[in-house]
Amino acid sequence: MSRIVGIDLGTTNSLVAYVDQGIPKVIPDADGRVLLPSVVAWTADGVLVGETARRQLARNAARTVYSVKRLMGKGYEDVKDELRHLPFEVVPSAEVVKIKIGDREVTPPEVSAHVLRALKQRAEAFFGEAVERAVITVPAYFNDSQRQATKDAGRIAGLDVLRIVNEPTAASLAYGLQKLAQGIIAVYDLGGGTFDISILRVKDGIFEVLATNGNTHLGGDDFDRALVESLLADISRHHGVDLSRDAEALQELRMGGEAAKCRLSFDERTTLTIPFERFTYSREITRAEIEALAAPLVEATLGPCRLALKDAGLASEQVGEVVLVGGSTRMPLVRRRVRELFGKTPRSQLNPDEVVAMGAAVQAQILAGGITDMLLLDVTPLSLGIETLGGIVSVLIPRNTTIPTMAKEYFTTSVDGQTAVDMHVVQGERELAKDNRSLARFDLAGIEPMPAGMPKIEVTFLIDANGILQVQAKELRTGKAASIEVKPTYGLTEAQVERMVEDSFAYAEADVNARLLIETQTEADTVINHVERALRQAGALASAEERTRIDGALAALREVRAGTNRDSIRECTVALNQATAPLADRMMEAAIKQAVTSKRADQLLEKT
Amino acid sequence: MSDYFGVFGLPRKLQVDGDALQRRFYELSRAHHPDFHHGADAARQAEALESSALVNRAYRALREPLARVEYLIALEEGRETREGDTAKPKAPMDLLEEMLEVQEALQEAKTSGLDEAARARLAKERERLRARQAAEEAALIALFPEWDRAVEAGGDRKPLLEKFKKGLATRAYLRTVIDDLSDALGEDQDTHVSHRRH
Repeated sequence: MSRIVGIDLGTTNSLVAYVDQGIPKVIPDADGRVLLPSVVAWTADGVLVGETARRQLARNAARTVYSVKRLMGKGYEDVKDELRHLPFEVVPSAEVVKIKIGDREVTPPEVSAHVLRALKQRAEAFFGEAVERAVITVPAYFNDSQRQATKDAGRIAGLDVLRIVNEPTAASLAYGLQKLAQGIIAVYDLGGGTFDISILRVKDGIFEVLATNGNTHLGGDDFDRALVESLLADISRHHGVDLSRDAEALQELRMGGEAAKCRLSFDERTTLTIPFERFTYSREITRAEIEALAAPLVEATLGPCRLALKDAGLASEQVGEVVLVGGSTRMPLVRRRVRELFGKTPRSQLNPDEVVAMGAAVQAQILAGGITDMLLLDVTPLSLGIETLGGIVSVLIPRNTTIPTMAKEYFTTSVDGQTAVDMHVVQGERELAKDNRSLARFDLAGIEPMPAGMPKIEVTFLIDANGILQVQAKELRTGKAASIEVKPTYGLTEAQVERMVEDSFAYAEADVNARLLIETQTEADTVINHVERALRQAGALASAEERTRIDGALAALREVRAGTNRDSIRECTVALNQATAPLADRMMEAAIKQAVTSKRADQLLEKT
Repeated sequence: MSDYFGVFGLPRKLQVDGDALQRRFYELSRAHHPDFHHGADAARQAEALESSALVNRAYRALREPLARVEYLIALEEGRETREGDTAKPKAPMDLLEEMLEVQEALQEAKTSGLDEAARARLAKERERLRARQAAEEAALIALFPEWDRAVEAGGDRKPLLEKFKKGLATRAYLRTVIDDLSDALGEDQDTHVSHRRH
């Protein structure tokens, strides 16, 4: 049997891991990087995934998709409010979200499939053998549609998804395997786009989730958006320029801001410098400023924490350990607030970016039979119900029920000779069906014609260990299985997934070398683009001799870029980078000096 | 299919050792969970899924004393049960009359708004009802040994069953009123779960 890998399909970054002699390890790419940016770009040369796609994002914003996890299993109506933050185009449609790239439309599972395929290829290169089976993690608070969409993405990428596992619980497995956590533990997981809190009892190798809560639309992305808004206002004040409609500038600001945010987790202050076409924006940002922007978002994570505690029937002081997961938990503000809520210092011995993938690898190893003393008992995060008369929800499976679980419900007909009954399945905690998440409409057909009220149709709702619903129906009088037609509200139909799987063979068979060449060429384009802009903006800062050197390196790279020799493109890219390094440094210094001077002016003004 | 008590090899008694139940739950989970049958054929996997789902539901039905009584009543009466579903007998008359006053106060608060004094009054009322609910629950649990003795002796359990039903109905009713009070006081908005059954 081929090996099973664990994959953390993240909003910002994705990773793949495996268990090596009892120890979970993340798998690096050829350059030693473990984080694969969850960014996919469509270029004239082909599809790019990861760091190369991320680096060309600003230049190719309309054809580059990032943070697609936030769109998984969603409908257009769900996401239309946040579209103004996204540089790519989402097409209005009644059902699943569709992203428009040039003249084609792609769905979020197809975009995620590109990320998964890149990880699959990375693992295959690492092991030197085919990898076809995986455990993939999702936020614990993901609903049925979002889980199904993730499973579909795996299938499109050519992976047999053996298990969908919740991110915080995966993290607890990684901690538990190394005996770092026992007793009652709370896992606080704040990632790029989602927030989860899970309360577990870890005892005798059993990882029993007591309650989970969260928000699938709250994470580092939201901090970045708040920061971009504030930077836009600042730019408009100091430079008199409105960049809010400039897609490229917005992406530069977002990425520059994100990097500054990350630095501020370690430094009290940092300088943000972004060279735009017409001017260079530079300013100092302090930790206090970023914390003021992030505070409402961090506050929003505390409500779900209290709810989870309440559902688990525990007071915060009964929690023995608090574990931090996700890149956003590096923010000192997050650590502070979590400590205050639980009354103890949270732990993060395992790298918060890597721990989920490591846990997925542990779960993979359990499924492979390699670990037999650990077992995860997870819960379903949302109540499952059906719509009854008057649009009221009748709950069949309450939230925080241990999975797998099942419930039976009985239906009958209301008209003589009726041969079909339909039902509407929803997920959520509200009283009215319309306020909950619509999962699917089921048509029970093939009922023998009988007087009204005579048929007794038993419908079994089963939530499997992935947290995904399966429905079966049987007419008890005749004992015949009723046929069920499922119409997922925000999902892909079986036929659609099949077609995507077929389409994807083209990518799967694409030569790996061809892909590497495209990546190298794209990287060269990115560097050429930066240098050209720098020369336009600050060419005067370069000496004549330096200018000659840069022009030479630039011409050399342009020449090899047109060819297909990957090594020479690489060498010339490095050479051009080196030739421009001193100039780049001087530009940076000049920008900082300018920022400091203008800051002084500001302070003077404030004093008068 | 055996009943949930049977899943754990227990008689239909109400006094259950929580730690022993949890240990048995973990053992059964290890035996049946689909994770440990991943390599097996499809039929065995489907079986694991079903039996593991049964174990999970059984544990949930039995681990809390009051959920246990609710399940027992459904079982003794041979009803199909769904979690959270209780028999819906009428709330006791005396309770209804008493609650009428609270409901009136609530209505008044809704129409004319809540001033400080009214808030304090309602909050105090809620405290009183919470204490009463706790007392109802304790009284129900205090009947457990009697039930268990009746099971052992094979005596008539009907009267006890009626007591349980009445106690549960009172409790459910109190819970509704307490929730209404919390709503009126504007508390617990986000912690409020809207699957109340009246």
